[in-house]
Order: sequence, then structure tokens, then C-alpha cells
Amino acid sequence: MAQKNYSGVNISVDEEGYMTDSSQWTKEIAKEMAKEEGLNLTEEHIKLLEFIREKVLSGSALTIRAIGKSGFTDIKGFYQLFPGAPLKKATKYAGVSKPSTCV
Amino acid sequence: MKKLLILGAGTGGTIMANKMRKALEKDEWDITIIDKYKTHYYQPGFLFIPFGMYSKKDVIKPKADFIPYGVNLIFADVDKVVAENNQVLLKDGVVLNYDYLIIATGTQIFPEETPGLQDKLWRKNIFDYYTIEGSAALADFFKTWEGGDLVLNIAENPIKCPVAPLEFVMFADAFFVERGMREKVNIHFVTPMSGAFTKPRASKVLGGLLKEKNINIIPDFYIERVDNENKTIVSYDEKEVPFDCLITIPVHKGDPMVGRSGLGDDMDFALTDKYTLQSDKFKNIFILGDAANLPTSKAGSVVHFAAEVVFENLMCSIEGRPYTGKFDGHSNCYIETGFGKGALIDFNYDTEPLPGAFPFPGIGPFGLLKETRMNHYGKLLFRWIYWHILLKGKEMPISSHMTMAGKKMHDF
Ligand SMILES: Cc1cc2nc3c(=O)[nH]c(=O)nc-3n(C[C@H](O)[C@H](O)[C@H](O)COP(=O)(O)OP(=O)(O)OC[C@H]3O[C@@H](n4cnc5c(N)ncnc54)[C@H](O)[C@@H]3O)c2cc1C
Repeated sequence: MAQKNYSGVNISVDEEGYMTDSSQWTKEIAKEMAKEEGLNLTEEHIKLLEFIREKVLSGSALTIRAIGKSGFTDIKGFYQLFPGAPLKKATKYAGVSKPSTCV
Repeated sequence: MKKLLILGAGTGGTIMANKMRKALEKDEWDITIIDKYKTHYYQPGFLFIPFGMYSKKDVIKPKADFIPYGVNLIFADVDKVVAENNQVLLKDGVVLNYDYLIIATGTQIFPEETPGLQDKLWRKNIFDYYTIEGSAALADFFKTWEGGDLVLNIAENPIKCPVAPLEFVMFADAFFVERGMREKVNIHFVTPMSGAFTKPRASKVLGGLLKEKNINIIPDFYIERVDNENKTIVSYDEKEVPFDCLITIPVHKGDPMVGRSGLGDDMDFALTDKYTLQSDKFKNIFILGDAANLPTSKAGSVVHFAAEVVFENLMCSIEGRPYTGKFDGHSNCYIETGFGKGALIDFNYDTEPLPGAFPFPGIGPFGLLKETRMNHYGKLLFRWIYWHILLKGKEMPISSHMTMAGKKMHDF
């Protein structure tokens, strides 16, 4: 397991850069992680990340559909906030594990 | 009389009706099973119909043939479960009481969730093969099709039998080669996942097979709508893929009954304890099969393994013993790869599919994660096993728990 330093805090991440201990998460860490990949997080991003954390940490399955119904954004908006692979990026910045939507 | 009620007489419900009738005294326990349809479909057979390998009669039998003597079979649409009162309401107004309830209402496709799918090209250039009607319509279409872009699209996960789309494109490759028109057909596999399959090693092997067969994988594609005028599918981030024939695996959800009963998630899959297979809230409700929100495949083999755990825990509960059944998410899928060959994968919650031999270490006869003729025969044999052994809840020579024996950890 690798260690990374974000905003002065040492956190452990897996080989794909996902945090392995969700409790270490802060907004600042999220912002630095995203910046590393060329994305500047706004308050709108952060609100959505908090929704994702709440959902995942309570044990529910996270789907793009659920985010579309979250009230924060629709699916199109989600793609605009996190271009490319939104679910993979958003879960990473939210400090939760990568979604395993298919098994 | 105590009452056991089973909702859904598909794969899982039928297995449980057979197992429970054998185990429970007839003068103490009344067992009732309910389904809205009279026909039992062998769903894995739907894959073979478009290519003329099976016809309708190979995949349908009356449900009643598989329900044992001494079990009440009711054909009715279930409206909802009122779990607080241990009651089930039917749409025709009948109210049924239960001591124990098994929910085995499966999952269905909802093409209406994707705009444009069921528009003017539906069943003309756009087909599903997850229903008997869809696969039969596609069989007719393929008879005279002259070729073009054949696009298979998975709308969203989870889906029933996650390997079935891979099998479809590999069958299509073999089918058009055999017809001497493969060069006229471009096959595209368009998926919201980042590869052929999510489990990394299987994805690598299966992705490699698709490449060998000249099947184009388009990953990370999340369909928003179908453009019927331009014959394209459009993703949320505005990517477009043109098609002449679109094979859709539409959005899957649980039966709306689960949602109406307040027992489900936002896709109407029932919230289930992944080890005991009980409802998360009500201890006298068990969930079996595709209806459950478990992180494992929605497949007949999983239903079969899970049925043994439901049986064990239900008996423990009835007899007042601590639960001994613990589900491990065991899944075992034959994968048709075309030209009379097949592959086989075996995995659970914690272990991804690995290469090796199955079920007997070092011997097989089935090879894990590789293409062999024997694996193809395994799949064909599965239809016979399904009708004659599996539905009747008889013992099979495969453990419900996955074993590491015969699997190789370092082959790649
Ligand atoms: C194309 C295709 C290929 C497949 N290939 C394979 C394969 O190769 N290997 C494999 O292991 N699995 C395969 N499967 C999956 C397998 O068929 C299913 O996982 C399995 O049948 C699920 O069993 P179940 O009991 O959970 O649900 P089902 O067998 O679907 O039964 C659910 C039943 O509940 C009834 N029902 C639902 N709601 C209500 C209601 N409100 N009131 C009354 N009745 C209701 C339905 O009518 C149905 O009869 C495939 C499936 C498809 C579609």
C-alpha cells in the first residue's frame, strides 16, 4: 500500500490512488487529489462528494442513476462536473472505494 | 397450521418449494407458491434462440410441472408485502398470512428507462434477447440481414448473467463466419464498464478473446438515449455510436412489488443480509436469487448455491437453532465462446475468477478461464440439469461454497 501526502497529511492509498481509510478524508484532500488530475473542485463538487460519502459509508450501492436522483445534479450534470468517467473520479475524490457495479 | 409463503415460481422459488416440502411435515406446514405467469422459461436458452440453435419449445415448460404435490400453486400478481403484519396482498384483493416468507421475484428489463429505445426502430432494428419475444424477433431478423454495424450495448449494471453479452458477441462472430458474411458485419461491444468484465483477470482474458475474434470494445460508454433518425446511441457525455442493428441489454430492476413493500433500494432490489440472506429488517423474510441486492452475479448458478443457504437458515430459524448457513457469493458460469467451445469462471464475494480445473483439482473435466470444447458441452448439459435436477432441488456434485482447490494463483 502506498502513502501519499495531501495538504500536509499522510494518507494510505491503493494502487489506483483510492484512499483505503475513508475516515482520513477532508475537503482539502479532495481538492488536492482532483487538482493533481487537472480538475478544480467547486462547492458544487464538494456537496456531491459529501452525498456520495454518506451513501457509500451507510452501505448502499452507488449507481449513476442514484446520483441522478440525488437532487444535487442530474446525470448529464454529473458528467460535466467530472468529465470522462464520473463515478470512478468522484468516488476517488470522495475517499471511498471504487464502485463495483458489476460482478 | 404454520404457513410458508414463496413469492415467485422461477428458478429460486421452484427450488425452495421442492426442498421445503421434503423437509417440513405436511400436517404442520402449509406451503404456498405464487407467480403471475404459468410458463417457466429456461432463461439461459434465450441466448441460443437468435442464432437458430434453440427454438421456443426448447426453453418453455409449464410451471406447474415443477411444483411438488402438497404445495399450493396460485397464479396471481402480488401487489405488496405488509411485513409488519406478516401479510401478502394480491392484486385481486386476496390477503395471505405467513409465518415465513421467501421473496424470489427475480429481476426484469425496463427498456422504457432509456429514451428512444422503444421507439419506431424497436424490434425492427433494435432488439433485446432477455425476453422470449425479443430473442424470437431477433432470430427472424438475422435470417435475412445483409450486414452492417452490429452494436451490443449494456445500458447499466447490474444485469442478469453478466457474461451473457460477451457470449452473444462471440456467438455472433461464429454465426456470421459460418454464413460466409463475417466481413460484412462489424461487431461492437459497447459497455459502461472499463473493459470486457469487471473482475480484472477475467476481463483481461475475455477482452483478449474479443480482440482475437475482431470484436471492437467501446468501454466507459453510459447510454443516455437512442437517436432513431440517425440510428445512433448517444452517451451522457455526447459520444455517439452508429448502428444498423442494435442489441440492447436494457436497465434491470427488481419487481416493483419490492419497492411498493418498502423492502428495496432505488432499483427495487430487496435489501438483503449478504451472509444470512434474510431481509435486513424482517427476520422471517428470506430473499433468494436475482431479487436480492447482493454484490454477486445475478445468475441461475448463484440462485442454486444461495438456495442451500436459505434452506439451512430457514430450518435453523424454524427449529430455534443459531444460523449455520453463511453465503459466500459463489458464482459459477459457463461462457460460450463460439465454434463449439466454451470457458468457465468460478468466483465469490472475495475471490475473482482464476484459471485452473473444475470441479476436481488438476483433472476437471472443465477448464477454468480458458476455451475448451468440454466447457461448451457443460453449458449444453446445463439445460438438462436445470429441468431435471436443479429445479427439483436435488443434490448436485458441486459445493455451495467456493473452493480454492484446483485454482491457480500465478498463471498470468
Ligand atoms: C439471456 C439470459 C442468459 C442467462 N444465462 C445464464 C447462464 O448461462 N447461467 C446462469 O446461471 N444463469 C443465466 N441466466 C440467469 C438466470 O436465468 C437467472 O439468474 C435465474 O433464473 C434467476 O432466478 P430467480 O428465481 O431469482 O428469478 P426468476 O427465475 O426470474 O423468477 C422470478 C419469478 O417471479 C415472478 N414474479 C415477479 N414479480 C411477481 C409479482 N409481483 N407477482 C407474482 N409473481 C411475480 C416472475 O413471473 C418469475 O416467474 C441468464 C438469464 C438470461 C436472461
